[in-house]
Amino acid sequence: MTEKFRTSHGTGVDRSSVINFTFNGKAYRGVAGDTLASALVANGVHLVGRSFKTHRPRGILTCGSEEPNAIIQLETGPRSEPNLRATQIELYEGLIAKSVNCWPSVNFDVLAVNGLASRLFVAGFYYKTFMDPKSMWMTVYEPMIRRMAGLGVLPREKDPDTYDHMNEFCEVMVIGAGPAGLAAALAAGKSGARVVLCDEQVEFGGSLLNSKEIIDGRPALEWVASAVAELEAMDNVRLLKRANAFGYYDHNYITVHERRTDHFGPGAKPELARHRVWHFRAKQVVLATGSHERPLVFADNDRPGIMLAASGQAYANRYGALPGKRGVVFTNNDSAYRVAIDLVDAGMAIPMVIDLREVADGELPNVARQKGIEVVTGAGIVATEGRKRLKAIEIAQISSDGEKITGAKRRIECDTILMSGGWNPAVHLFSQSIGKLRYDEEKACFLPNISSQKERTVGACKGTFDLQSALEEGMAAGALAAQDSGFGKGKAPAAPKAIVVVEKPLKAIWVVPTDHPVGQGPRKHFVDYQHDVTAADIMLAAREGMHSVEHMKRFTTTGMATDQGKLSNVNGLAILSAQLGKAIPQVGTTTFRPPYTPVTFGALAGRGINGDLADPVRRTPMYSWHLEHGATFEPVGQWQRAWYYPKAGEDMHAAVTRESKALRDGVGILDASTLGKIDIQGKDAAQFLNMIYTNAWLKLPVGSCRYGFMLKEDGMVFDDGVTSRLGENHFHMTTTTGGAAGVLDWLEEYLQTEWPDLEVYCTSVTEEWSTLSIGGPKARELLEELAPEMDFSNEAFPFMTWREGDVAGVPARVFRISFTGDLSYEINVRNWHGLHMWEKCMELGAKYDITPYGTETMHVLRAEKGFVIIGQDTDGTQTPQDLGMDWIIAKSKADFIGRRSFVREDTKRSDRKQLVGLMTENPKEVLAEGAQLTYERVNPTPAPMVGHVTSAYWSPNLDHSIAMAMVKDGHNRMGQWIYAHDRGKVTKVKIVSPVFYDQKGERRDG
Amino acid sequence: MLYIKCPWCGERDETEYHYGGEAHIARPENPDELTDAEWAEYVFMRTNTKGVHRERWVHSDGCRRWFNVARNTVTNEIVAVYKAGEKLELPAAEAVKAEAETKKAPAKKPAKKPATVKKAAVDKKEGA
Ligand SMILES: [Zn+2]
Repeated sequence: MTEKFRTSHGTGVDRSSVINFTFNGKAYRGVAGDTLASALVANGVHLVGRSFKTHRPRGILTCGSEEPNAIIQLETGPRSEPNLRATQIELYEGLIAKSVNCWPSVNFDVLAVNGLASRLFVAGFYYKTFMDPKSMWMTVYEPMIRRMAGLGVLPREKDPDTYDHMNEFCEVMVIGAGPAGLAAALAAGKSGARVVLCDEQVEFGGSLLNSKEIIDGRPALEWVASAVAELEAMDNVRLLKRANAFGYYDHNYITVHERRTDHFGPGAKPELARHRVWHFRAKQVVLATGSHERPLVFADNDRPGIMLAASGQAYANRYGALPGKRGVVFTNNDSAYRVAIDLVDAGMAIPMVIDLREVADGELPNVARQKGIEVVTGAGIVATEGRKRLKAIEIAQISSDGEKITGAKRRIECDTILMSGGWNPAVHLFSQSIGKLRYDEEKACFLPNISSQKERTVGACKGTFDLQSALEEGMAAGALAAQDSGFGKGKAPAAPKAIVVVEKPLKAIWVVPTDHPVGQGPRKHFVDYQHDVTAADIMLAAREGMHSVEHMKRFTTTGMATDQGKLSNVNGLAILSAQLGKAIPQVGTTTFRPPYTPVTFGALAGRGINGDLADPVRRTPMYSWHLEHGATFEPVGQWQRAWYYPKAGEDMHAAVTRESKALRDGVGILDASTLGKIDIQGKDAAQFLNMIYTNAWLKLPVGSCRYGFMLKEDGMVFDDGVTSRLGENHFHMTTTTGGAAGVLDWLEEYLQTEWPDLEVYCTSVTEEWSTLSIGGPKARELLEELAPEMDFSNEAFPFMTWREGDVAGVPARVFRISFTGDLSYEINVRNWHGLHMWEKCMELGAKYDITPYGTETMHVLRAEKGFVIIGQDTDGTQTPQDLGMDWIIAKSKADFIGRRSFVREDTKRSDRKQLVGLMTENPKEVLAEGAQLTYERVNPTPAPMVGHVTSAYWSPNLDHSIAMAMVKDGHNRMGQWIYAHDRGKVTKVKIVSPVFYDQKGERRDG
Repeated sequence: MLYIKCPWCGERDETEYHYGGEAHIARPENPDELTDAEWAEYVFMRTNTKGVHRERWVHSDGCRRWFNVARNTVTNEIVAVYKAGEKLELPAAEAVKAEAETKKAPAKKPAKKPATVKKAAVDKKEGA
């Protein structure tokens, strides 16, 4: 294919370096410096996609990141990426791209043909079309929406690339490297401050890359080149190209998405990280993010060949690609005349500028007239023709209020419209920084008004559209930002001299009329191209009561596509305002949220993309043994805990049954090292524990242990555990595995903020100790063999005491505590002895058929005894009384955390939800955890829910299913039958004591 | 993400800290003497300030110390950071601003005059 629209000019491309690529299955040629979009324009290809809802043919509209139409699936296989903008894809040899959102092809789209789509997708279609029944969602609506939407396809393969994160500090962060941004970076850089300059484009220069401005008597790009060279020579300046600042967060925290290898294509060196997310913390920020040209909303303004004026200028000047053979400019302001002039100079036929203003007598319109361009004022485009490419337009005079056509229509054949509805400063980042905007009537746009952070806005982003002022603003802001961060004296270097051209004000006509009222005839006025939202949709939304811009946005989906409304938001809310008869500032804007442009998940995940670095994994010293012996693992927080140890041919049920019986009949061993452990020392330690726990601690003898509940001040249980007195002023606290960090925080909070006079020191020792829990009737015999010098008799070593001694040749603390109800010892050894101790236990325990068991069996055994697990059976809304554990509250204590709340009206109610046991009528049926409970089998709607199942297991030792539950008024309802509901299944269950096994506690002493 | 200056370690990202709610709410010395309403006031009720809010933070991933922060809840600007047990006196302008913001519209520029922190002895009744 030849590039029929390529000119001999083009400041940003190298015509001697040819690049071959494929678009929608067809081979094309581009040149070095092209984007995919510019190469397509050079080849005369404008039809690049179909609209989201109605599948209308769409063309390239812009040349930047705001592009709503040219949405591309790039490459195939694992590196395939959906929803990229052709305007930002740099061409490389062998590139393969296709349009998204069209089936079977961009030229023949099934969904567009039947016209169904347009009737279906009126404003609010999400809410109106896809109503009940819910079952329709799964089977009909969702698959249909997905197929019709069809926004690209995710690769099924694993991402082969790597991604980076970088954290960096700087004094002055300049975002946007157009004229104002370059000036700011130069000024700040000269002060010696650390400066970062980033820009989303391939090259620095911003709007100067696209235009033919003159600076200091030379082409502006020469000034850009010298400015960049000067910046590159400064060691204190970091320059980032292809880098989108996508988030501006609190305290000048700015995230930047840098695309490092995409322009090499799949041939990029694999050792290079493909994308990098930079996390900058800047002392001062200068926003020089430029502005986006605004489309005009006129009849059928979406045909391929209709383009934003300055983008057409960019294609011609920068890429040497003419947007068409014969085009008209349609504008409401002076800036588009520059486009007409440049395009004529580049060799394109521009017979006419159609200007919505009654008068166009500025410098630029006059130059255009001198070039022989007809300027038609007080007129608008009222109709367009051409399906896959614009063929002709109709223009007419329109009334000065913009409401109606006043003259005869005139038909003009052309293949291109270059439109300009004025300019929207790119205030996205400013807005994200919580800066306040104001509406400027004259410029008809929102401008930064009040900064909320240490930030300055310059150039077009501030509404300063003339080049000279932008350069001066940039210099001044850069110098001041440096000064405010401690560098330089704040004096701005002299700005270079641009040619000043005075532009006359624009005239905002938000909807250009056609020969039928908006929305009442065949012609459509598009506002949001990507989501197919028309002016009529917005008017309908207003009529249906969507008076807030946020409601209108959600109802019509304006600005909710991947372009995030960069082109549509202001037009949309202006139309809404007019419909409501309000001024634009009264209606206001929607909230700008990060990301400014889409960021790949890979970049956000960084090196963690493969999962192994996403979150730390904690393993006990015995992990390798568990692994070698076939354990399956269960994540508990960050811990990997042995879940059960299946033998050959065993499933989970069989393994847990075997393990459960083994402990009750002989001896079992559990790796309990993950339990939280806190070493507590200091002369006030006992007094402190007395306030933290509900029971009494002052008189606990050294050598003894006590089980305790910690409450929050609202009286609700938040953690439990056994704490042992190691010495007069020394305690060893254990917590739940998941609660360890929270408990330590809790202790520190009270020590530091409420009782700073108490002398208590808390240290996390969780990882210093390995804990082996050995339980079952044979446990004592095994311990006696492991530690022949220690006395394990009930008299010498009773329940809830601990002893120190040599176990298997290493120093150990042995605690006689039990979470199974059976005789049980917890051996604690230094973690480097953990594996040794475990292996010794297995070796000596072999003759007792010692059985390792995991967390699942632990859960079953404790449930057989009715022991609660905090966080499973509780959820922060249970008092100790609710759990039937009044005994744990010391009546003698005057105060402890949470005590006062016991007598609050709500806490002292007798009919609160209370912990009970449940037995199913059918002994084999295990309830679903989380199943809701009702008193009656048949209930009105909504059913009165009286509780839920918190734990449910098969108990091998009882040969019966068991469950624990929170039931309203449960303690008074022992023996009653109630009903458990699980997705339509109803099970009759009896309320019983949660202690199912060994209710007299006879097994504890062996 | 906030950037908070721990009085012990210096400026660090918010991710190193945990938030601890409104500051200067002391635990009552004799809870039994309080009415239910008074107790509920202590346990549940907070001011929900729009403007300068004194709040507690703990440097969980650093020195593990609790300290106080005066933060403007409208702009997230941190007006002052001070140690547990210390008291903060806001400069007049800041105090007026805090008052105004609580009433209505957010004020603009941060006051240039820094807040002053009094090194009072730990006052148990005041809390931290
Ligand atoms: Zn610290």
